[in-house]
This record gives sequence, C-alpha cells and structure tokens, in this order.
Amino acid sequence: MRNTDDKFDLPQGTLDLLIMRVVALGPIHGYAIAQRIQQISRDALQVQQGSLYPALHRLEYKKLLSSRWKPSETGREAKFYELTSRGRAHLKVETENWTRLTDVVSLILKETLEGI
Amino acid sequence: MGWLRRLFSRERLEADLDKELRFHFENQVADKVRSGIAENEARRLTRIEFGGIEQIKEDCRERRGTMWLESLVQDLRYALRILGKSPGFSVIAILTMALGIGATTAIFSLVDATLLHPLPYPHPEELVRIEDDLPGAGATDAGTSIPEWKDLQRSGIFQYVVLEIFGSANLTGVSQPSRMQYEGVSPAYFEMLGVKPQLGHTFDAQDQTPSIAPDVVISDGLWKRVFGSDPHIVGRSLRGDNDLYRVIGVMPPGFHDPGRTVDERNTEQWAALGFSDDPAQAPNRRLRLPVEMVGRLKPGLTLAAAQSQMDALVASLQKQFPDDYPADSRWTVRLVPLNENVVGNVRQSLILLLGAVALVLLIGCVNVANLLLARASARSREMAVRQALGAARQRLVRQLLTESLLLSLLGGVAGLVILFCMKGFLLRLIPESLPRLNDLSISWTVMLFALAVSIAAGVIFGLAPARQAGRVDLAHVLRMEGRGSKGSTQQTRARRALVVTEFALSLVLMVAAGLLLRSFWDLYKAPLGFNPQHVMSVQSWLPSPNDPKTDIYGTAAQEAVLARELLRRSRLLPGVQEAALGSEPSIPLQHDGNPSQIIVEGGQAQSKQPPLAERSDVTPEYFHLLKIPVLRGRLFNDGDDENAPLVAVINQAMARTYWRGEDPLGKRLMVGRGRVGVGLRARKTWITIVGVIADARTESLANASVPEIYLSLYQDTPKELAIFLRGDLNASAIPEEVRTMVQSVDPELPVYGAQTLDDAVSLSLEQRRFSMDIVAAFAITALLLAMLGIYGVISYIVNERTRDIGIRLALGAQRAKIMAMVLRQGLGLAMAGAALGLVGSVIVSHLMAGLLYGVMPIDPLTLAGVTLVLTGVALAACYIPARRAMRVDPMIALRYE
Repeated sequence: MRNTDDKFDLPQGTLDLLIMRVVALGPIHGYAIAQRIQQISRDALQVQQGSLYPALHRLEYKKLLSSRWKPSETGREAKFYELTSRGRAHLKVETENWTRLTDVVSLILKETLEGI
Repeated sequence: MGWLRRLFSRERLEADLDKELRFHFENQVADKVRSGIAENEARRLTRIEFGGIEQIKEDCRERRGTMWLESLVQDLRYALRILGKSPGFSVIAILTMALGIGATTAIFSLVDATLLHPLPYPHPEELVRIEDDLPGAGATDAGTSIPEWKDLQRSGIFQYVVLEIFGSANLTGVSQPSRMQYEGVSPAYFEMLGVKPQLGHTFDAQDQTPSIAPDVVISDGLWKRVFGSDPHIVGRSLRGDNDLYRVIGVMPPGFHDPGRTVDERNTEQWAALGFSDDPAQAPNRRLRLPVEMVGRLKPGLTLAAAQSQMDALVASLQKQFPDDYPADSRWTVRLVPLNENVVGNVRQSLILLLGAVALVLLIGCVNVANLLLARASARSREMAVRQALGAARQRLVRQLLTESLLLSLLGGVAGLVILFCMKGFLLRLIPESLPRLNDLSISWTVMLFALAVSIAAGVIFGLAPARQAGRVDLAHVLRMEGRGSKGSTQQTRARRALVVTEFALSLVLMVAAGLLLRSFWDLYKAPLGFNPQHVMSVQSWLPSPNDPKTDIYGTAAQEAVLARELLRRSRLLPGVQEAALGSEPSIPLQHDGNPSQIIVEGGQAQSKQPPLAERSDVTPEYFHLLKIPVLRGRLFNDGDDENAPLVAVINQAMARTYWRGEDPLGKRLMVGRGRVGVGLRARKTWITIVGVIADARTESLANASVPEIYLSLYQDTPKELAIFLRGDLNASAIPEEVRTMVQSVDPELPVYGAQTLDDAVSLSLEQRRFSMDIVAAFAITALLLAMLGIYGVISYIVNERTRDIGIRLALGAQRAKIMAMVLRQGLGLAMAGAALGLVGSVIVSHLMAGLLYGVMPIDPLTLAGVTLVLTGVALAACYIPARRAMRVDPMIALRYE
C-alpha cells in the first residue's frame, strides 16, 4: 500500500479484514470498495489497485468471497463480490482476534508510557 | 474442481480480469472528470495512479493457484520458439544428447538383459543351486545320495529339489545324425522352473518310475533344426545313443536350462530319470551320484534363512548317521543363487562398459552446458530487459531450466529412436559368449532409465547457465557496449572449468581404452606355444548306450581299432599332411576348464585345494601336429596300447606344481574323471610319467601355466573325439570330406564342429575385443567432444579480447607472440585437465585391474601416450582461433565499440 505523509501502512492481513468488513454490508464491486474504505477512514486510508485486486482474488480463491457479474450503477457490467457463509464466520473470528490484539497492545503501550 | 475449470477457461478468466480492472479505471477517470479535470488529463493521471496494469494482472493471476501449470506451458512454448530460432545450435545440442543418452541406454539394456533379469523363470530369486562339499576329503560339489535327497525334499526348506545329469548323445533315427546335449532330470524339473511347453506336455512331477523313462521333452531349437517344426512331433520317436525314445512335448523358444556352462545351457532334450535306490538294500548314504541339484525355496524364505536351516539339517544328519558323514570329511551344503554362475564372469565387463558410457554422457553434458553458457552471454540483454520489466529471477531460472530439460528430453527421444533403428546392427556386433542376448529389447525399464537419464542430464547442464542468468547485473548489462564486455568473467571462469573437466574425463576414458588396447595386444601377440596355422579340427561322438553290453566301442582295444582306421583314412584326404586324434578336451581353447583330480604317489596334501590337472587323451601324432615341443623324456608311441603299462605326458606347469625341483619322469599318479567327461575312466591304477612338454596356451590364452596331463588315447575310451588335420586344407570342403570319411567307417557317427584353429584362437579373444572396441569408440567420441569444447572456449576468449589484441598489435607486438599467447591459454586448460584426469585414471585403472592382462594398472607408457595425444588435440583445436587472433587488424579492432 502506498502511503503519503499523513497516511500510514497497513499489514496485509488487515487489508483482507477491511475488505471483508466492507463486503459484508452487501454485494459491492472493487472500485466501490476502494471508495468506501477511503470514505470511512476519512481519507486516511487509500487502497491502491495493486493491493486491492490481488487481495480480492485471493479471498475469492480461498472461498471467503463469491463473485457475480452484474450491471453496475453506471450501466456497465461490473464484478460484484459477496461474503460467503465461510467468509462471514472467518470475519467474525478475525475481528475478535484483532480487537483482542489491539487491546493488549494498547495496554502495554499505556503501561510503558506511564512508566517513562 | 474449480481449479480445473480455471485452467481450461483461462481465456475467459483473462478477459474477466481485464474487464474488471478496466471498469475501475474508467470509474476513476469519470470521477476526475466530474471534479473538473479535462478528459485527457484525467486519463493520464489515472494511468499514473494505477501503476503497472500488467503487474496487477500478474499478481491476480498468481492468486489463482494454477500458476505453476500455466507457467510451465508458457515456458515450454517459449523454449520451443527459442530453440527454433537458432536451429544450428539446437541440432548440435540435441544430437550430442542423443548420442550420449542413446549409447547409455543401449549399454543399460545390455545390463538389464544380462545382469538384472538373467533368469526367465517365475520368481527366479527362489531358485538355488545346492552343492555338497566335503573339504576334508578334498571334494567340492560332490553330488548327493538318494536318502540325502529325500531328506532335503522333506526338510521344509524347498518346494522342489531336482537332480540333474548332463550329457551328450548321438541323435539318430532322424534324417541326419547329429549330436545333441541332453539332460536327465528328476520329474519335478519343469514344474519347478514353472515354464509350460508350447506343444504336448512335460513330465508328471509325481512320477517315481525308476531308471530312464522312454519319454523325452525337446527344445524349440531341436524341433526346428532336426524335425523341421513338424506339427505332429508329439509321439514321434528318436534314438539317443541307439536307445529308443518318444517325444512327448516341445519347450517354447527362449527356454534354456540355467546351467553353469554353455553346453549345459544348450540342452536340447530332457529325459525323466526316476532316481531311486535299489529297494532290496538299505538306503545307502555313502553312494553319491554325480548329479547337480537345483531347488526352489519356499516362497518368502530368504537365502540366509534357508542356509541356516540347511546348516541345522546338516548338523542333525551328521549326528544321526555318524558313520556315513565322518567328522573329518567336514560335510557342508551350500545354497548358491542360480543366477550367480550365469552372469559372474560377464558382470565386470558390463560394469566397465556402463562406466565408460556414463563418462561419455557426462562429457556430452559438459559440452552442451558450454554451448548454453555461450548462448547465455548472448542472451544476457534479453534476460536483463525481462528483469527490468518485472520478471522474477526465480521465474527466469525456471524458464531456462525448462529449455534445458526440453533439449535433453528431445535428445533422449532422438537417442531412443536411433537405438531402435540400429538394433539389428548393434546386435551383430555383440559376441555370442555374452549370455542370452538374442533380443536387445527396449523394455519399460530401459525407457524409464532413458527418461531418468535425460532429466538428469538436462538438470546437470542446465544448472550452470540458469544460475548465471539469475545473477545478471542489470544496470551493467543494459549499458553494455557491444560484444567486448568483460562483465562475464564469472561466465568465462565457468566455461574454463567445464573444459578442464571435459579434458579430464576424456583422459580417463582414453587411458581406459589404451590399457585395454595394450592388454588385448599383449594377449594377441603372446606366444601360443602351439602352431594353429593350417590346422583344422573336426569332432565326432561315439555312442554310450545305457546297456554297456551293446557298446561296440566299449573297450580300449575296440576303440583303438576305430581310431587307427580313422587316422589312416584321414591321411588320405586331399591336402592333409598330418593327422591326429584326441578327446574333446584336447582341442585348444575349446571349452571351459574341466579339471580332473589327481593323486600323486607319495605326495602329501599340499594345500586346501585338491590337486587338479586338465586331462585329455591323444594319439602320439598330436604333439607333433600342433608343434608342441617335448622337453624331457619321450612322447607316446604306438606301443602304448591297452596291453602296455599306463603312461602319461605332462606339461611344464604340472611338473613345476607337483614335482618342484625333482625330475618328474618315472613318477606315478592316479587321475580322475573331471566333472564332465563321458567315457573318460577314472584311472585307479598308477600311471607313469614318460615325458614333459613345453607349456602352451591350449586352455586359456591368458594363462600358459595350467597344469595339463595327456594320456594315450589307445589306453582309454573317450567318447568325444576330435580329428586334427594339418596341411594345405580347403576349409569349406573339409567338413564334408571328413564326414564322408568317418561315416564310411561307421555310418552312425555324427560329424560336426569343424573349425580352423586360427578361428578358435580369435574366437577366444572375441569378448575382450568387443569390450576394447566399444571403450575405444567411446574414447574417440569423448576426445572429439573435448576438442570441440576447447575450440569453443578459446574462440570465445579470442573474441572477447579482440580489443586487447588490437591494442597490443598496434603497440608493436609480434603476431607470432599473439599466437603463442593464445596457444598457451589453450594448453594451460588442457594441462589442468590432464592433471585432473591422471588422478582419475589411476583410480579407474585400479578398478579395472581384473580385466587387464599383463598390463599394470599404472602403465607409464599408456599414460604418457594418452597425455601426448591430448596435448596434440588441444593444440590442434586452438590453432584456428590462434590464427584468427594473429590476423586481427588493429585498426578494425580498435574501432570496434
């Protein structure tokens, strides 16, 4: 992922998590996913095509996403992605892991910060 | 099966991917346009933001999971295109590989046919030879007694135990009397070997009828040769040694007895012998029959386990019957796998051949590797560009390896095709003494081997250039100016190393060939001790019917009459100056050794080996005919007949072995029969030595010191006879003339085996000559390949250094000096290779020592000679590039950018 000054790097597993979270809200195509992520993060996160599409294809290969070609809002056909049931379960687990991880890390950081 | 679908609908998936990315692109452009940027500018900006579309596509493709297969197909197509673009190189490389792989496969199929599957019976690993030894009584392979045989059958170690007796008989009652090898077997023989007849049937394994049954089974060869493939053969009768037999079955073609000697393996008739003791007497363990025993182990029983069970059985029998198995005779029974003696003596030659051909293949690989390296430097720009465009290094390496593998596989296929076409030609080159080689079949094993070798070769020679490609320094190569680049010092070093290796390997091969050549030459030139020129031998057989009362040549006197008459008439044949008669062992270089035991009067047991000597019977004229000089005493004369005391003539080797330091004349000994000897009586009375003759190589070309003893033919009744003729003989007419002459004396005697002694001598050299020829052919091929290799490398070096040379010349260097410089480079490589090769060849020639005759493994003459030849070849190969270097025009070279 490319980042500019005030944007920051995302480890790869996290990108998958974000994508799945966005897709969980309903069938959506690649461009819209990128837009959505950028929008929700208030421009802090800009997913590059070079990371997005390989990630989408990988998730599809792992059967966590399914895809269908449908006409989009502009009239052109686009590839819409949906979360599979397996994907849904995976998302739940990963979200829990992530939350637990960040809580622990915050705890440690707070402790050490206070120690300084 | 999603991946399968993905594989086959690749086109559609590509289109989808393109569509998807394009959709994103268009949307992004539209957004920019909406925010007020012009269309063109929007497109341009979006394109920059997108980055490399191909890269994205590539990443997506990689996620698909069928990458490896797709890239393999892609690599193959690319490799084919590349090979097509430089047909000259491809053809040379493929041909080199075809030669190497084809030759290796050919030798391997030889090895496969003889060493790996020598026995054409089901479960051959269960078949063993059972040999009784009584070392305390000086007997090995002493046969067995009937009660002992029954014990073996009951022991639970074997499924079958079969007794065999070999012999030859006169085949009469057919159109042309001839001689045939027969075998008397206990009835379970065919069931044990597990081969069904093609016509009729074989013996009933349960048949216990004593003595000889009148039913016989014949071989396919006999059926075709004598009975003209008569479809009504079953039930026809024939006479063996005048006894009447009835044919009950014919064995299929290719069926052989697994005998120890060529004669045994050529058995053409099998008769069932119901071996049994006289029921009126108690079982006699001490009466050993001169039989051979073959058994089939119970399934799943290993040889070691069987041997230990056998040892236990021997121990228990010794305890049960102490009188029959006295302790000091130290009776043991050995189990020997059946294929041991079928292949024993050939194994070493074949392994040598395999080693030699592997070396040639290796050299071929090295050559192709060199060629590939040379091409790699030409393609380094292509590699650099591809890497700059984003190709992964690993991918490039994989693709180069695919090219190499394609090359070697094509070479392997070409090699197999060539082999197939040349099968007939190759078969004719092989001497008959190699067992069972009527069919150089290309079995699945052989093809698998060829495949494995091709792949191995491809990997070997592909590795070097592939690694080089991976290490290309992009920036440097892309900036490279023309051909004069030195960026490939690593490459040149690799190529030099390869050439040195090539030379080393060639040296090893040439030394091996040289040693074999010298050994062969020495053998060829070794003084024979007898004079085979203008001598022919023709053989005949006297019958030995089962009922001795019907034998018309039963006594020495009766046979002497025949012998003298044959001699008289022989001398009357056209061109004949001298004639002599002898038993079959007296024919020089004819057969495998068949020593008889001797007992020297007053001699102590000297060593663990019982005293042995090669025995034959001859008429007095024999020695003079073969020009074997007598050194002491006298030869036989006509007075040494059946009424006179028994006399013998021995050779020097025998005198040296048993009467060292003494005069053997007048000493006495007794002599046995030998393992194979019909009609030769064991002489249980003392024989006096009357003469000593010079050593001659009548037993083996390689060994002149075989103890030999000759008895007077008039004092014995050998059934296998040979007629010797010396003179100005017409080799094509003699066989018929002799046959007419012999059958005019007795029309039932077969006449066969006419040959000149010169032919006999060259026949015995045959196998060695064959090995030598092949290794020499390999060595020459290797040398040619090495020469090409050095030429290639030196040319390349000269090309690289054209500028250097130009500068030197411009600065005033002599042209001759330039040439000397190049030659020195080449020579340096050759010397390094020679040094390495010398070490290797010392090792190899030690391994080869068993095959060499009279030549020490480290033979300075051979080594020096080969090194000289190699140096000469290196110089010759460097000559052309050296001249080219010499002729460099400094103006052109310096201008060359």
